[in-house]
Amino acid sequence: MTSDMNTAVRVTASLDGIVDAAAIGTDHDGMVRVTATPADLHAVCAALKGAAGFEANTLVTARDHGAGEAQRFELFYQFLSYEHADRVRVRVMTEGDDPEVDTITDLWPGTSFSERECWDLMGVRFGGHPDLRRLMMPEGFDHHPLRKDFPHIGIEPDRLYRQWDEARRAEFEASEAAKGAH
Amino acid sequence: MESKIIEYRPGFAQSDADDPIHGETLPINMGPQHPATHGVLRLAVELDGETLASVQPDVGFLHRGKEKACESLGWAKFFPHTDRLDYVQPLMNNVGYAIALEKLAGVEVPERGQVLRVLLMEVSRIAAHLIYLGTSAIDLGAISMFFYTFKERENIYSILDAYTGHRMNNTYVRIGGVYADVDENVTGMLREFLEQFEARVDEFEGLLTGNRIWYDRNRDVGVITAEEAKAWSLTGPILRGSGVEWDIRKQEPYSGYETYDFDIPVGTVGDCYDRYLVRVEEMRQSCRIALQALDRLDTVKGDVLAEDRRFVLPPRADVQASMEELIHQFKIVTDLRLPKGEAYGCVEAAKGELGFLAISDGTSEPARLHIRAPGLMNVQAIPLIAEGRLLSDIVAIIGSLDFVMGEVDR
Amino acid sequence: MGSVGLNEAPFSESFTATRLDWVVNWARKNSLWPMPLGLSCCGIELMAMFGPKFDLARFGAEAARFTPRQCDLLVVAGTLTWKMAQAVRLVYDQMPEPKWVMSMGVCASTGGMYDTYSVVQGIDTILPVDVYVPGCPPRPDAVIDSIIKLQTRIQRETPIKDLVEGIPDYHDTGTGRELRQPNRVVMHKKKPQLPTSPIGEDSK
Repeated sequence: MTSDMNTAVRVTASLDGIVDAAAIGTDHDGMVRVTATPADLHAVCAALKGAAGFEANTLVTARDHGAGEAQRFELFYQFLSYEHADRVRVRVMTEGDDPEVDTITDLWPGTSFSERECWDLMGVRFGGHPDLRRLMMPEGFDHHPLRKDFPHIGIEPDRLYRQWDEARRAEFEASEAAKGAH
Repeated sequence: MESKIIEYRPGFAQSDADDPIHGETLPINMGPQHPATHGVLRLAVELDGETLASVQPDVGFLHRGKEKACESLGWAKFFPHTDRLDYVQPLMNNVGYAIALEKLAGVEVPERGQVLRVLLMEVSRIAAHLIYLGTSAIDLGAISMFFYTFKERENIYSILDAYTGHRMNNTYVRIGGVYADVDENVTGMLREFLEQFEARVDEFEGLLTGNRIWYDRNRDVGVITAEEAKAWSLTGPILRGSGVEWDIRKQEPYSGYETYDFDIPVGTVGDCYDRYLVRVEEMRQSCRIALQALDRLDTVKGDVLAEDRRFVLPPRADVQASMEELIHQFKIVTDLRLPKGEAYGCVEAAKGELGFLAISDGTSEPARLHIRAPGLMNVQAIPLIAEGRLLSDIVAIIGSLDFVMGEVDR
Repeated sequence: MGSVGLNEAPFSESFTATRLDWVVNWARKNSLWPMPLGLSCCGIELMAMFGPKFDLARFGAEAARFTPRQCDLLVVAGTLTWKMAQAVRLVYDQMPEPKWVMSMGVCASTGGMYDTYSVVQGIDTILPVDVYVPGCPPRPDAVIDSIIKLQTRIQRETPIKDLVEGIPDYHDTGTGRELRQPNRVVMHKKKPQLPTSPIGEDSK
């Protein structure tokens, strides 16, 4: 993706005063990368949107480094500028097993579903999100499936369905019994 | 009986005690099983008469855990899963994934492989837009369009069947190129199909574009301004229909797209009708690119797969003759490692920007694969454009947003 | 079994009844109205099957109504997830008798390539299935072949005997797993058995 010297210069200029220059680098695929902390994430994103002209967010996701790590979840954000035709990536390392960062839905409303997905599948909370509930898994599912300590075959995947099914059959039984009594 | 799985959000239905006739809205479930929701999408709709008071999309009914599956399968074995993301354009997804892995691995695809990839991608784009045309039209009542477009799709399927061995979900792309070369039979079929395709598009346009009913159902329905499209991360024909001239094939070219001669259709109003026109024109442009690629196949000779034995399987005959190739085969199949790092590879799919963020920690187990699906952004924009409109407009809107639940839910 | 005279057999095995059986089965099998439950990629092949090249309407399956109340063949085409399972079960229950279920594609038959936390490993864990079609996705020819197989199976049913003697309590799925359905419309006075979960105690 076209991220080059101009991108790096523009990004550094826009983030002047918010993060120090050491946090801005390049990733393996050549994309300019900004390493932010959960505290200055919102300020970084606002600066990238306003001063650097990244009009769109294309990606919000998280990576689980492993269950034992202190800095377990790493968030990835990617932004796209239509005017300059380039991209930038923001990476945030968070602490603990139930991290929370600020939402960026006030800057880009299109991140709403991506943040919900992060919460659902990874367990990363987004403070200030208008509607943070599960997206992919049904309500009542109580695990975060994409975490490294969750097995890929799942834990009792049919639990919610069986609950519903048993309740339904019990109700049918009851109505049959009532009919039979007449 | 109130179910716990498909449940309304509490406090949803508004009711105004002072105005019992107009105050209460009717919650309706355009449930996961519905002919017009293009897959398993649930829309929790609140109706005020015929007007939509609110629309809440509920996705996840096709969540198959692909990103988790990648972590247990490994990079190379995930290719069949990528087919089934946006299953109307399987080869496009393959190429997007391959591009991300090739960035990570540092593998160059040979030129003939690039040409074949472009050819397969454009044919997939035509197939995807044909599905859009057929299903959107049949949802709005123009039933014949379904049969016309599916007849053309059958032609594409026959070609892909002859070339890749399967009609859909072909999985024909590998790290470093395409699995195997075309032969004259396939190029003949392709040329025959592509040369008559423009006339077919004219036929489809003749049925729909000037049609009074089609125009009335789609004009000024679901208007998305350019600013909204950018803020809501909408890409592809939706973004172009709203007037933003952005196509990854032009702005951030991959697979040699900078050497092909084609135009990008851009709309003005940003409504369903504009998106329809953009897609129809894209079909024509895809046909144009595919014909150029087909001509190029006569002059560009060479391998279709790179020779990098860290990632690319050797030919079968060599595996049985040479010890070294046997070891390479064994290592690639059982223990494919990509260098440590992260790479984002994206393609201009028929629906928008389809991206793959591949994060490797140097071992044979992928650390993370995230699939950036354009469909997810399109679905979250439904409340933006549907609320306040009539119930029948939602069918036109869903059709024109053209998402496929396989990639929305992954 | 020795030959039975016209007046000695129970009515359900008589010449009249078996001929009536034949007529009823012939009518049913040649007017199977499918309920397409296209969930994912197999749904596209299902649509292709209704399309011009592999026209399913030739086999009487013309009216693909999208409402279960008017259909008799439920075609589950695609991956079933546990979130969607409830909806599919409700759709099945809403179908009036006689009804048949086709599991199209490997995802519906066994879970396919998805051995993950959200995918139902075969719809026969929640529904009784009459015919399975393997393939990912199966060619429309394969699906038509399986509909013909289903038609052959329907021809062997005994509706008049069921009417007279009562429908047996269970529906043979052919996989050895029996499913009892409490919502099955019965034409006799026998109470349906309490269902037991097919993923029962022996799987723990």
